[in-house]
Amino acid sequence: MDSTNVLTKPERPTLPSVESEEWTEVIQPRTNLLDLGLKDVWRYRDLVMLFVRRDFVSTYKQTVLGPIWFFIQPLLTTITYVIIFGNVAKLSTDGLPMMVFYLSGITIWNYFAQTLTNTSTVFRDNAGMFGKVYFPRLTMPLSIVISNLVRFAIQFGLFVIVWLYYLLKGGSGIHPNWFIALTPVLIIIMGLMSLGLGMIFSAMTTKYRDLAMLLAFGVQLLMYATPVIYPLSSITGKYRLLILANPMTSIVESFRYAFLGSGTFAWSYLVYSLAFTIVILLTGIIIFNRVQKSFTDTV
Amino acid sequence: MSDIAIKVENLGKLYRLGEVGTGTISQDLNRWWARVRGKEDPFATIGETNDRTSKGTSDFVWSLKDVNFEVKKGEVLGIIGRNGAGKSTLLKILSKITAPTTGKIKIDGRIASLLEVGTGFHPELTGRENIFLNGAILGMSKAEIRSKFDEIVDFSGVERYIDTPVKRYSSGMYVRLAFAVSAFLEPEILIVDEVLAVGDAEFQKKCLGRMKDVSVNDGRTILFVSHDMSAIQRLCTQSILLNKGVVGFSGYTGKVIEKYLTENHQSASLKWKYKGDMSKVSLKLISAEINEISAGEKNISIEISLTYFHNLIHKDSFIAVDLHDSRENVLMQALPTLDKFLKFRSNEYSNYKLSIELPPLIPGEYFVSFWAGSHNDQTIDFENEILRFEIVESPTEGRLFPHTTDHGYVVPFSSIAPNN
Repeated sequence: MDSTNVLTKPERPTLPSVESEEWTEVIQPRTNLLDLGLKDVWRYRDLVMLFVRRDFVSTYKQTVLGPIWFFIQPLLTTITYVIIFGNVAKLSTDGLPMMVFYLSGITIWNYFAQTLTNTSTVFRDNAGMFGKVYFPRLTMPLSIVISNLVRFAIQFGLFVIVWLYYLLKGGSGIHPNWFIALTPVLIIIMGLMSLGLGMIFSAMTTKYRDLAMLLAFGVQLLMYATPVIYPLSSITGKYRLLILANPMTSIVESFRYAFLGSGTFAWSYLVYSLAFTIVILLTGIIIFNRVQKSFTDTV
Repeated sequence: MSDIAIKVENLGKLYRLGEVGTGTISQDLNRWWARVRGKEDPFATIGETNDRTSKGTSDFVWSLKDVNFEVKKGEVLGIIGRNGAGKSTLLKILSKITAPTTGKIKIDGRIASLLEVGTGFHPELTGRENIFLNGAILGMSKAEIRSKFDEIVDFSGVERYIDTPVKRYSSGMYVRLAFAVSAFLEPEILIVDEVLAVGDAEFQKKCLGRMKDVSVNDGRTILFVSHDMSAIQRLCTQSILLNKGVVGFSGYTGKVIEKYLTENHQSASLKWKYKGDMSKVSLKLISAEINEISAGEKNISIEISLTYFHNLIHKDSFIAVDLHDSRENVLMQALPTLDKFLKFRSNEYSNYKLSIELPPLIPGEYFVSFWAGSHNDQTIDFENEILRFEIVESPTEGRLFPHTTDHGYVVPFSSIAPNN
């Protein structure tokens, strides 16, 4: 009976448990809020990877260019930004080549925005499936974070190519430094932050769909409050504090500082982002955990 | 180790009716505040029992209330009840799709539920990819699926199309593949909703056979929900009858079904009364009531008492009785000859007893309309679908698969014998 004991959940201590028998599982109205059932998620790890695979295969089936679209999208956005913000609006790029400046911001921002919007509708988009079969609901947002990570890796590759081009050409003012080693940390913070925010929104939208509307343009607006199309150094005065309050700011700036050598880097900013991420992630987990048990009644 | 596989204790589920919109935030805050102070949910107390036919005063309804039962290991338990009795809610709670409001369920063994076949099938993916995806959703590991892959493909019989996206499949192939994956689930407890209602007769037989196989040979515990009494009778030893969210009766399947059928006839034979203005009527149906429905071997007889009010003299008037299905299709019309109906005096109530011999109808809901008029198309009085009754039993005994209206509403009596 080894296999049956995998799911054993301890009874709540407040409830006197009279039975001496061992139950594989007890279904009850409310369980511990922080009990994520990570064991359960681990048991379903194959499912997470299958969801990731499904996302990729289904997105690019019956397209001629297939995964090349991963390159085209950020490339076209960058070119647009170069034309509009760089040449028409003449926003500062800290003296960096526009192409690599915008692409660095877009690569980071795309990952955050995409993960956030995808996770925020996870309950609604999968209501049909969730309503028919149980599997740990957390597998779904996790698979989104992972599949976006793969997408990010590809777009990051594009960035590296452009970056290397300017670096080898020389004279473009790019000075990479050892902070590049921080990149994985930045990615993890960014991934967890979008996961946390996404879980909060996904849980709330099951009942109040207004939030989905809010999020759709909220993400767009937030981009302008993040140094994607301008360097933080160009912002002074009271708005600077506002931009610094945005936890994504330090991620984008640190990334730029590491690879391009210009930008604002401070450990305190990064620690702020990290602290924000932890708070958001915990809140997200608690809310998600509560909602996943009964969202089929309200969605 | 005890021999109990599932133990349900005081299970309850509260649902909110109506739309979620303005007003719900304030109610949510109210409930939250009550909980913070450790008080009872202010809306839960006014929750009513679940009766979909009557209009309640509260927006909250107990879909299940104080449900208690136990399932022994290796037992096949049938769950029956009318639409809205709480069967699906119970299954959803058991499958962990939604959490109960009160009470708890203790489970011993790995549980898998089959509320639908092919959950999570993605049309763009190939059959092979979908087998893995669906299997993983149902709780199998990749290695487990791989080891059973050939068997699954074999059982489904779609080997040739296994590397084709399932959107190119015929619906039959789709269902076959989907069921094949679920058929190779190996949980200790299996929960099955009316998945048998899909697919052709052969497929349904295959499903039932597989379930019987799983329960008898492998000794697994099964919970089975169906409206098809003959399937319940064949598969389940014990059954419970849910009625408006509570366990109405439980015990041996035969007895539970019997109870269900009689109960059903009583509650379905609705009464009807005219509540409108009486001053301007000339010929009017005042009340109607189904007194009795009895099923014979070759027909169903139904007896209805009617009261008409006559004010003016309508010569040559007669009545017509229409029988509808639940989708408002007129199935047949009865034209009772009634000499006395014509010979009335004014300002008089008169009672009639109407008997109709119906052909053997398939199980389902039926509605009765009454028309009265004189000659041709001159309608004097028409009451649409005022009586409702339900046929629960199949006219073909020992039938294994449910009836569908695709093959008509009537199963005529037929027989076959060797012709020497």
